[in-house]
Amino acid sequence: MPFASRILGAEPGEIVVRPVDLVYAHDATAPLAIKAFREMGFDRVFDPSKVLFFFDHVYPAPTPKAAELHREVREFAAEQGIRVVEGQGISHQLLAESDVVRPGQVVVGGDSHTVTLGARGVLAMGMGSTDIAVAMGLGETWLTVPESLRIELRGRFAPAVVAKDLALAVCGTLGVEGGNFKSVEYVGEAHRLNLADRLTLCNLGAEVGAKNAVVTDEPGPGAEFTFDLSALEPQLAVHPRVDTVKPVSDVEGLEVDQVYLGTCTNGRIEDMRQFDAILAGRPVATRTLCTPASATVMRQMADEGILSRFVAAGVTIQSPGCGACLGRHHGVLGDGEVCVATGSRNFVGRMGSPKAEIYLSSPYTAAAAAVTGKVTDPRRLLARPKEVPA
Amino acid sequence: MTAGRAWVFGDDIDTDIITPGRYNLGTNPDDLKKACFIEHRPDFAKTVRPGDYIVAGRSFGIGSSRESAALSPKLLGVRAILARSFGRIYFRNCVNLGIPPLQGDTSRIRDGDELEVDVATGLVRNVTRAEEYPFRPLGGFVQAVLAEGGLAPYVRKHRRLAP
Repeated sequence: MPFASRILGAEPGEIVVRPVDLVYAHDATAPLAIKAFREMGFDRVFDPSKVLFFFDHVYPAPTPKAAELHREVREFAAEQGIRVVEGQGISHQLLAESDVVRPGQVVVGGDSHTVTLGARGVLAMGMGSTDIAVAMGLGETWLTVPESLRIELRGRFAPAVVAKDLALAVCGTLGVEGGNFKSVEYVGEAHRLNLADRLTLCNLGAEVGAKNAVVTDEPGPGAEFTFDLSALEPQLAVHPRVDTVKPVSDVEGLEVDQVYLGTCTNGRIEDMRQFDAILAGRPVATRTLCTPASATVMRQMADEGILSRFVAAGVTIQSPGCGACLGRHHGVLGDGEVCVATGSRNFVGRMGSPKAEIYLSSPYTAAAAAVTGKVTDPRRLLARPKEVPA
Repeated sequence: MTAGRAWVFGDDIDTDIITPGRYNLGTNPDDLKKACFIEHRPDFAKTVRPGDYIVAGRSFGIGSSRESAALSPKLLGVRAILARSFGRIYFRNCVNLGIPPLQGDTSRIRDGDELEVDVATGLVRNVTRAEEYPFRPLGGFVQAVLAEGGLAPYVRKHRRLAP
């Protein structure tokens, strides 16, 4: 039985009500969820140990208004006995690192990238604030059991080609609605992927509309799409659509004003190591910002010497969280600026000015842009590792 | 049934276009109303009237889970949203907030057309053009939530989810 049907115990298309094992929201979605919770007439959350709030989107507060929203959430959390995790990083990453989530659970989060946690075998679904309020109050949610959409992976990645390139290729092939309302399931050689790669793949499930995403070897329907990893080149999602995806080699030479390394898509230690491998002691040639996805990632960067190498190269290091991805702080783009970012969205105005352009890439490709100041195929730079000092 | 004006948008109107993330919207209704299409179509929030309709092409509301993108049209009095297709979370947010999201062929509707929409059957009547379009009827549980005015009033009344 396919993943979602097994966990929900029902056939695709059926509407079911199921208990949730965890419900969470962040500083941008919790305020409306709290308001809806009160409007529904609830006094207490169903189980404070199964509700979590994270401050990651606009933290530390850049405006008095943001500070006020944080205060409101803290007060509600204190009243209800809910834990607030402040400034430790992005909700999805912190949960992925923790043992709070376990395979087979049903988890709802007030953020579209909740699907990321499918990498841990969780049926994890992003929802709006009203759904989060219902889950906080009743401890359950309603949903239509999704149909499976299976994507089979074959072969191994070539050098400098990583899960993000695959995830972008999937977006380009499926389109922004290609997985709408579906359970997107990676099968075949997907079982070889490490947790970081799985998190990145499941994360971009949100960009094809997936209700949930997972890497699985359970039996299920045949694969609708097959990707040969060995034939894949570094990919770039061209502004302003995540499904306009081209090989990096087709866009080489485009001048870049800002490079952004971070987000729930690519802010993990593995991403930092890839970026570091391309830097290889060279300074950055353009404005380069790095937001580790969690405090743990930042500590690992320090332990491995990556942090000091980034600083020496001229990279601006920011506090763990969602950073510049959503255009509120930590590196907002101006009119006409071009940004290569490792995030998941390149919508008009996403990272600041509606006249800025965002290109989404892997950490390797982002690093190649940082070093050269232009869109550059990272394979050019990885191919000559001995020319640069260690 | 009184007619409402169609406000026609194109394809791929994502949540960052409807309510841009960088405005850091909280829960203040006036802020939410003002932010609706603030850059994409600045006249919308100022001139839309209660009972009007948003009409769009493919992939309306893709992107973020932010409920502000459904709440801001709701607060402005938008009666229903008609689109060729919807982003998953946005569709759900509309139902939860009591704005019917109706899926169907919107290609013949022009900006400013007067529409009448029967949510129960999915029938859309274009008064201006004297045409009718069948939209996909919504399921039983979704209709029940919409009939209560959204999930908050539904849960307030029933104290449970019962599909």
